[in-house]
Amino acid sequence: MEATRRDFLATAATAAGAAATGNLAQAQEHGHEHSHQAVPSDLTLRVKSLESLLVEKGLVDRAALDALVDTYENKVGPRNGAQVVARAWADPAYKQRLLADADKAIGELGFGGQQGEHMVVVENTPTVHNMLVCTLCSCYPWPVLGLPPVWYKSAPYRSRSVIDPRGVLREFGLEVPEDVEVRVWDSTAELRYLVLPERPAGTEGLSETELAALVTRDSLIGVAKVRPQREGGAA
Amino acid sequence: MNGVHDMGGMQDMGPVREEKNEPVFHHPWEGRVFAMYIATGAWRKWNIDAARYMRELIPPAEYLRMSYYEKWYAGLVELLEKRGLLTRAEIDSGKPAPGSNKATPPLTAEQVPTARHRGASTSRDVPVAARFQAGQPVRARVINPTGHTRLPRYARGKLGAVHLDHGVFVFPDTNALFHGENPQHVYSVRFAARELWGDAAKPQDAVYVDLWEDYLEPA
Repeated sequence: MEATRRDFLATAATAAGAAATGNLAQAQEHGHEHSHQAVPSDLTLRVKSLESLLVEKGLVDRAALDALVDTYENKVGPRNGAQVVARAWADPAYKQRLLADADKAIGELGFGGQQGEHMVVVENTPTVHNMLVCTLCSCYPWPVLGLPPVWYKSAPYRSRSVIDPRGVLREFGLEVPEDVEVRVWDSTAELRYLVLPERPAGTEGLSETELAALVTRDSLIGVAKVRPQREGGAA
Repeated sequence: MNGVHDMGGMQDMGPVREEKNEPVFHHPWEGRVFAMYIATGAWRKWNIDAARYMRELIPPAEYLRMSYYEKWYAGLVELLEKRGLLTRAEIDSGKPAPGSNKATPPLTAEQVPTARHRGASTSRDVPVAARFQAGQPVRARVINPTGHTRLPRYARGKLGAVHLDHGVFVFPDTNALFHGENPQHVYSVRFAARELWGDAAKPQDAVYVDLWEDYLEPA
């Protein structure tokens, strides 16, 4: 496939360029507060048209598309990663296995597969803070976190996480102390990362289920810490 | 390709804004684009590197303007046409070409969980010698390929140290063009933040980048 940008330009006019009406895209890319209502109606129609065509050609089964949407909307998400972390906090032997062979340990809880075929877990400690990014696209560990939020895929996060991680973390409300080492993991290959956050103080008496309820998506990406009490509506 | 997708280290892209209680898909069409990409991928007419490359070929101004799933839609249409699953005429008209065969069988709803759990590993169980070992100093090569590459610009020419060897994986630069898998070792390489960004960075901070052997040279 000798694709070139020239080829792409030739077809983009009908394939994608026509979506240039509405300003939704820019709003999403830059992560502004947005209503997501200004979708170019043309794009909605073209996606429908593509789906009908693929179904008619026998290339996709509509029920499979429904199942895929349902899977990622309802079955796979950061609750999976939260269970992994809670198990690691509650069971030191599991934590050792998780840090030594993440695929196997995550598999013990029944998670794994697409976009999480090769997992690495990095542990936050009082002296090391880890955060994850994919500067080149949007790599993210789907089996344990689901699909990534818009900000993770956005130009501001992808560009600045590597050059100014502390500044980015500050925007998330996290001030990393001067003496702590910040490690940024850029997912440039097919390894997928998960942060094992620090267990908050005062949670000694909690069950694994209660611990899992404290773990937020953002703490698993490394842009937040886990607090001893979960705030309502937090991501 | 030194494209706009290679964003690491750029500045002035604006603040990172988090949306509270963000839905997985903001519109039904986003979910359909996602699902169509996965379901058509089951025909194995392309690989993940080719799919990424298609999105990188979106012209830069469009790339920055488009929302995430708009880019996926654009990339998917290109893949479907370039890999022969659809013709341009079919895409434009929304109708199958007269007399065209019906493909069978597509990915079914019943197969979705199994396919997801199986995944599509790009690790290869082939005996390939490792040129580098953990702890060894290495330098990311200064290369500027015009095709697909996973060596980000900010790391090129920089001195790092091998943190660990992840094993053998398909090489994206050739795989994206269907020029062969060229399996080779991938290493986690630690770069001191100061090596990458200068003295304004904290001395203890670091960026870890996963790099294929062809991206590295001994230092």
